[in-house]
Amino acid sequence: MMSGVYGYFPGCSLKGTGVAYEESLLALFRALHLGLAELEDWNCCGATSYMSIDERDAFSLSARNLTMTQKAGHRDLIAPCSACYLALRKTQDYLDRYPKIAGGNGSLTSIRAVRVRHPLEVLYTDVGVERIRKTVARHWHGGRVACYYGCQTVRPYSEVDRDHDPVRMDELLGAAEIPTVDYSLKTKCCGGSLTGTTHDVGVRLVYILLKEAARKGAEAIVTVCPLCQYNLDAYQSEIRRSSGERLDMPVLYFTQVLGWALGAEIESLGLARAISGRKRIAQWFQPAEKEAYV
Amino acid sequence: MSERETVRIGVYVCHCGTNIAATVDVKSLAEYAGLLPNVVLSRDYKYMCSDPGQDLIRQDIRDRQLNRIVVASCSPHLHEHTFRTALKVGGLNPFYFHMVNIREQASWVHENRAQATRKAKNLVSAAVQRVAFHQPLERGRVAIQPDVLIVGGGIAGIHAALTLANAGKHVFLVEREATIGGHMARFDKTFPTLDCAACILTPKMSAVRAHPNITLWTYSEVTKVDGYVGNYKVTVLRQPRYVDEDLCSGCLECIEACVYKQAKVPDDFNLGLSKRRPIYIPFPQAVPQVPVVDPETCIQFKSGKCKTTCIAACGDRHAINLRMEPKEERIEVGTVILATGFQTFDAHRVPYYGYGKYPNVYTALEVERLVNASGPTAGEVVLRDGRRPEAVGIVHCVGSRDENTHRWCSRVCCMYSLKLAHLIKEHTGAEIFNFYIDMRTPGKGFEEFYQKLLTERVHFIRGRVAEVTDWALDPTEEGKLVIRVEDTLAGFVRRIPVDMVVLATGLEPRTDAPEVRRLFNISCASEGFFLERHPKLAPVNTFTDGIFLAGCCQGPKDIPDTVAQAGAAAAEALALIDAGYLETEPNTAHVEEEKCCGCKTCISMCPYHAVAFVDEIHKSRVNEVLCKGCGTCVAACPSGAIRQNLFEDDEIFAEIEGVFSNA
Repeated sequence: MMSGVYGYFPGCSLKGTGVAYEESLLALFRALHLGLAELEDWNCCGATSYMSIDERDAFSLSARNLTMTQKAGHRDLIAPCSACYLALRKTQDYLDRYPKIAGGNGSLTSIRAVRVRHPLEVLYTDVGVERIRKTVARHWHGGRVACYYGCQTVRPYSEVDRDHDPVRMDELLGAAEIPTVDYSLKTKCCGGSLTGTTHDVGVRLVYILLKEAARKGAEAIVTVCPLCQYNLDAYQSEIRRSSGERLDMPVLYFTQVLGWALGAEIESLGLARAISGRKRIAQWFQPAEKEAYV
Repeated sequence: MSERETVRIGVYVCHCGTNIAATVDVKSLAEYAGLLPNVVLSRDYKYMCSDPGQDLIRQDIRDRQLNRIVVASCSPHLHEHTFRTALKVGGLNPFYFHMVNIREQASWVHENRAQATRKAKNLVSAAVQRVAFHQPLERGRVAIQPDVLIVGGGIAGIHAALTLANAGKHVFLVEREATIGGHMARFDKTFPTLDCAACILTPKMSAVRAHPNITLWTYSEVTKVDGYVGNYKVTVLRQPRYVDEDLCSGCLECIEACVYKQAKVPDDFNLGLSKRRPIYIPFPQAVPQVPVVDPETCIQFKSGKCKTTCIAACGDRHAINLRMEPKEERIEVGTVILATGFQTFDAHRVPYYGYGKYPNVYTALEVERLVNASGPTAGEVVLRDGRRPEAVGIVHCVGSRDENTHRWCSRVCCMYSLKLAHLIKEHTGAEIFNFYIDMRTPGKGFEEFYQKLLTERVHFIRGRVAEVTDWALDPTEEGKLVIRVEDTLAGFVRRIPVDMVVLATGLEPRTDAPEVRRLFNISCASEGFFLERHPKLAPVNTFTDGIFLAGCCQGPKDIPDTVAQAGAAAAEALALIDAGYLETEPNTAHVEEEKCCGCKTCISMCPYHAVAFVDEIHKSRVNEVLCKGCGTCVAACPSGAIRQNLFEDDEIFAEIEGVFSNA
């Protein structure tokens, strides 16, 4: 048993489109002196088309990851991608309710003991708002942000935050002196994979989210999910081309803004990977601030 | 009793039309029974419960000198009493009888005729063996004290109290709040007739106050209940209101004189929509018309340094006494009516409707106060910023018919939503949108009221509202509350911008209902409302004799139904009181004192608190009035000292032998 170290399941996103999420997560955990050990030989979480075509395939994939977590001696497994988080927890829930799928010898039943965690919930529960408040190392001099939780963190199986009305990201950012706006769309659909399949519907959803955040006075959106981040970040130029509307809204990970506030090295936060609102990002995250505060 | 007479048993097999005869071979069952030991005669008959069926038993007792009777028919719950009475009329002790249930336990639950018949034979065999050991028993009688306790002073408690008091019975009416009137006192109009709620309620409230047969204790709670039907010993705690009810004349000058020139405390009666002073009466027609001092906010209680201008204003009456102590009253009553009411669903539990987040999302009860002339806005329907709403959305089924909150329909919300739609339209001329799942208007005049609203151009959109939100898609939605809903008739998602949202919250059991249940030893259904003894045939009785239910503590209902139920509860109490006594069943347990070792196991096991310890002899004793004959103590007694009538060891062993005699 490795104590004090969280198992870490990156999933495909954090090695691909969401690599900035991984970089900033690692930096933030270092700043908080929390151990994070990447699971060796991990595989797909099963959340992709597997879940809609044959749930058993999806559960098998998740079950392998959970078994390996146990073998590695981790009690907690952090899954930063909301889809991975949900797939792993759904697998555990199904094993609970339908022991038959755990196989004849019941060898899979013990993997229900692995605690699948989302980093937002880890920060809120294990670290706590108070410790964040005390650890703040940089004054925020950016604008107000809209905390956007996405749909998967508030679904059944999830224990990230309360249903319908999640608040933990707002509280954590508040503790780090980052002002937030009341964002009514915080759990609404980001377009998901529709941006790839039924493109105009997906982009319209993205547009509504960005537009409402701006209307509420937010100058950036902060997310907890790599797909949300990608959709909101990547289609702004397309919206500009089709409607002529310049949104230029930075879409950041909560680990990036918290990592910055808690004093992580700016180069390690993956900020250069942002697509939209780069000017604003460059203004807000200036290295000189660090020295000035200390 | 000790000398053993010859046992002569008669067995009667009932067809129950085809209920039994279609599945159990009643002829062969009767033939089989005729061959069993001690059976002198056996018959089958179409309806044993009919008069001719009962006559058969009576004649056979006389003509064939039968002294034990077995009837194989339906559940004893239905007709045991019928047949016992037949035995009594025929001159036999009614407990020389045993009933076999071959309907619910054979014909109705089996399909295979041969097997069902075989099971019925085994059951009859068991009964024949057992009944031979039956002993003659006598029913006891409990005298009924004529005074009645009514808990809860809403319209249910008020109506029951007046009914009983007018019949000459003395009633103790105990109410927790500072005034009687309950929820109805908060309403403006009542559906579907739109009569003024206060105009029909307050005369009854005054009548309660004036009635010589009613002792009214407001600001009081029942804290302890002992005893049993006919003889309940009740303790009532009367909280100090710091104004003496006997000395106060109701002039209310003390309230005007309070050092708080501006009212500062949220007013509970107006659900926090207005402010009151630390000394106050809940509303102008409160009964009793006596102010209350709230020690939480009164300066004198907090600092001891108030000028106590209230006491000065009261002058020579000396009605204000800030040193008043809580007082316990002990009363003895024969019967109890529980009319403890309901609470409305807490709209905070459905955050997607924005209650508590958006100031202009109201609950229906709050809007009742807004439209009420004596309410916080003197009847003006205005938003919190003083604007008049131009569009209002009424969301039905908030906390009702919902897997995530409460599954039940609260029965009154459709109608009160229609009423509020009418009243808001009348007061403001606003566009009104009702969002409903189904319109439920089954009461007298209800559907007609709905039709009237349709002609008043109130909009009805069928669909459960998804959310109330403030995100705007276009300038028409800017600054509005947007109601998002799937219009299930038109088949698309709509966004309706409004200025005011009214949440039609459902009715739920009071949070402290479980404590009331424990106090009075009654049960509840799965959702928490108090459980009636039978949903159809004993709707105001409980499983505890002498305790009756009225109003919404038993389930959601409107005012007419509540008043009808309160009248029924009063009538049931009267029936007991005027009979003067209640007959008890003799199937009770009793302790053989020479065997009792005084271990008290039975006392902790008894669910009815019927076993007490007699210190002088160091032994347990069963109170036969409280004993329900469940047999728990009999089985639990480690020294076998407790026996139970109709469940003696020899009777049970004989029954078991009988069941297996064909195996």
